[in-house]
Amino acid sequence: MPGDTVLFYVFGAVMVAASLLVVAQRSPIYSVLLLIVSFMALAGLYVVLDAPFLAVIQIIIYAGAIMVVFLFVVMLLNAPYEAAPADVARHWVGHGPRRLGAALGVVLLVELAWALWRGGAAQEIQAIAAAQGSGAVSSVREIGGVLFSEYGFAFEVTSILIVIAMVGAVVLAKRQL
Amino acid sequence: MTPSLTHYLVLSAILFAIGTAGLFLRRNLITILLSIEIMLNAANLAFVAFGRAFGSVDGQVIVFFVITVAAAEAAVGLALVIALFRHRQSLDPDAYTTLQG
Repeated sequence: MPGDTVLFYVFGAVMVAASLLVVAQRSPIYSVLLLIVSFMALAGLYVVLDAPFLAVIQIIIYAGAIMVVFLFVVMLLNAPYEAAPADVARHWVGHGPRRLGAALGVVLLVELAWALWRGGAAQEIQAIAAAQGSGAVSSVREIGGVLFSEYGFAFEVTSILIVIAMVGAVVLAKRQL
Repeated sequence: MTPSLTHYLVLSAILFAIGTAGLFLRRNLITILLSIEIMLNAANLAFVAFGRAFGSVDGQVIVFFVITVAAAEAAVGLALVIALFRHRQSLDPDAYTTLQG
């Protein structure tokens, strides 16, 4: 469908722009709100990718629950603005670790670009998929079947992880037990 | 022509790089956590795109686990931020240098 390409570019552009603004923003509240925009666009991309259930999950859990917790903490701490750097040059050149980090970020981007540019991998995968004759899978029934059979153990471990995270969050944030 | 797997992988790489840049360049603990969320979502996008290309449902199932882990990470990370803020009244990671020696 040609519509898919248009949607991909629209959602992709919104997502990249929103993510850039999240990182460039000085006020955490706007960062969180822009990240919600970014996640909405990602949900749109999931729909284009024939994963409508994931799109719904993305909006309800990510944009709805996780981001609200972030927003709650930002408002609770009441520390809205990141102080402007006293010395701009020193801020961008930075301390050793930050400079190293920025260099590593650039290296990572170059490496990803190289891997993609080099990659006949993507074409190979599409050739394999075409040979298998497999189309997109989007039914919730199938996702549920795989989730509770093949990934059953991982699912149970995940529930333990959530209990641990819950207890950990309470222990960390409480003044005294 | 529908967008190919490569399109999605390029988008995912761009988002991951944005997240990495934010993680290293920002001086606000909450923005750093948000950058991690961006990186997790870039990985999610790659998972779903690969799953779609293979016609496999596994990519989508993995994304569920990533979202769960992200929720746990956000809960614990934000609890740490609250505890740290209570100590120093600051969200600047450079304010916490006790372990630097």
